[in-house]
Amino acid sequence: MSKSAPTSPLIYQLLSIVGGLAIWFVAAKLTASPLLPGPVQVVGFIREAMISGEMPYHMAMTLGRVAASFVIAMALGLAIGLAMGQSQLTDRIGDPWLIFFLNTPALVIIIMAYVWFGLTEAAAIGAVALNKIPNVAVTVREGARTLDPHLDDLARIYRLSKIERLRQVVLPQLQPFFAAAARSGISLIWKIVLVVELLGRSNGVGFQLYLYFQLFDVTAILGYTLVFVALMIAIEVFMVQPYERYATRWRIRSA
Amino acid sequence: MNVMQRAGASAPLEIRISDKTYAGADGNAVQAVKGLDLSCPGQTCTALVGPSGCGKTTILRIVAGLDAKFSGEVTLADAPIEEARIGFIFQEPTLLPWRTVEDNIRLAAPDLSARALASLLDQAEIADKASRFPGELSLGLARRVSIVRAIAAKPDLLLLDEPFVSLDEATAKTLRMLVARILDDHAVTALLVTHDLREAVELADQIVTLTARPARAKSVRQISTPRAKRTAAFRKKLLGQIDRDAKSR
Ligand SMILES: Nc1ncnc2c1ncn2[C@@H]1O[C@H](COP(=O)(O)OP(=O)(O)OP(=O)(O)O)[C@@H](O)[C@H]1O
Ligand SMILES: [Mg+2]
Repeated sequence: MSKSAPTSPLIYQLLSIVGGLAIWFVAAKLTASPLLPGPVQVVGFIREAMISGEMPYHMAMTLGRVAASFVIAMALGLAIGLAMGQSQLTDRIGDPWLIFFLNTPALVIIIMAYVWFGLTEAAAIGAVALNKIPNVAVTVREGARTLDPHLDDLARIYRLSKIERLRQVVLPQLQPFFAAAARSGISLIWKIVLVVELLGRSNGVGFQLYLYFQLFDVTAILGYTLVFVALMIAIEVFMVQPYERYATRWRIRSA
Repeated sequence: MNVMQRAGASAPLEIRISDKTYAGADGNAVQAVKGLDLSCPGQTCTALVGPSGCGKTTILRIVAGLDAKFSGEVTLADAPIEEARIGFIFQEPTLLPWRTVEDNIRLAAPDLSARALASLLDQAEIADKASRFPGELSLGLARRVSIVRAIAAKPDLLLLDEPFVSLDEATAKTLRMLVARILDDHAVTALLVTHDLREAVELADQIVTLTARPARAKSVRQISTPRAKRTAAFRKKLLGQIDRDAKSR
């Protein structure tokens, strides 16, 4: 987050947003087509869908899938990255597969998961996680390669248990890498989750978007998009950023 | 307290390293220690004095059980070193930057009572720094924390790797006094590594000078005069004697 002029840093961002809305409003008025509804109609749709409970329900389904695949991808990616960063043998064995999965299109993984494991919740979440794991693993591996051997000596001298060593010594060193992976992880995951829902689930934002696409209901599509993006930004601002500030407080306070 | 009496109080630290060779990254092996054979009486301080890069840290890491790739044997009180409780004052303070001073110390000594901790911090004159993060400390202060951490768990063996290096003389002097007090007050066997003979004659009960790499003992000298009674004149005379010992080899 860049802090611009000390005067009023928010004013330009606000102006930019308002300007965008204005252009949208005018463009919708000029075209007067159902394919480009104006902000007023979209907000109207959002209100209705909120009141009817339709939107909260599908939103919750999607968020649940995002959360589940995020946790799985981060945990497995962390374990794999750590193992590969610390052992050359594991690295050599795992590397071709990492490259393979990094270069496999998300769509292929999703289709294969549905083909092999059926149109199930587990297949959906697993496919999303599998798409993200290689990225997390690569980033964490970078961090694991730079672990400070002196801190390792420290952990051994003072007989820290494996768990303690991980919690007190290893994970804090990986924190910046983990944070980077988490940050890019959330934005990638929620995009893939929508595709998974579109292809093989009967609820969630992706499913709704597909439904409204078939109906050519652009108002609904824009309504879902806006709310979903807003939600993701809120998660970033109110969960990810405060967590990062907490995790790096010792660095901020240091000279 | 007399050195000989103390030596009888517990069995010694025996260090036998016939060979320690690092396999260099590019294929050229580096022999760091060769034929080192040392006996350090229990509850005394032995200083290892040697030139930069001769293998001092290597010896300490082997003694600490951190490096098992060597030929030889290290025992404390006739038991393998892995069973001993060890306090290690690393060449760098090696504090966890994300834990406060207090939490860094507690990591090494989880059972330390609040009172014991306060008293240790007091002795090291860092009582006001307990809730600071290491990034906020000067090198001298960080070294104090590292010293407190090493003794907090009441170790059987205390290893000190150049604990006073790159400090200004005043700070180095206070830290030497702190270490001297610890050696006098705690019944601990200590191994002090330094390249500065003057530190050794101030703190140690036995001084071993080392050759350049690969490290081997060049001279060994016992000092029976208690630390507190070593005058400037006494230390100067001792320095001259050790110099001659080392040269006559
Ligand atoms: N992990 C390692 N791999 C390869 N060579 C090493 C390794 N550690 C140390 N050495 C080499 O072994 C020799 C002794 O190193 P050591 O760190 O024990 O010396 P030292 O006496 O502690 O030096 P200093 O006074 O600089 O602390 C040096 O030549 C060093 O380059
Ligand atoms: Mg050294």
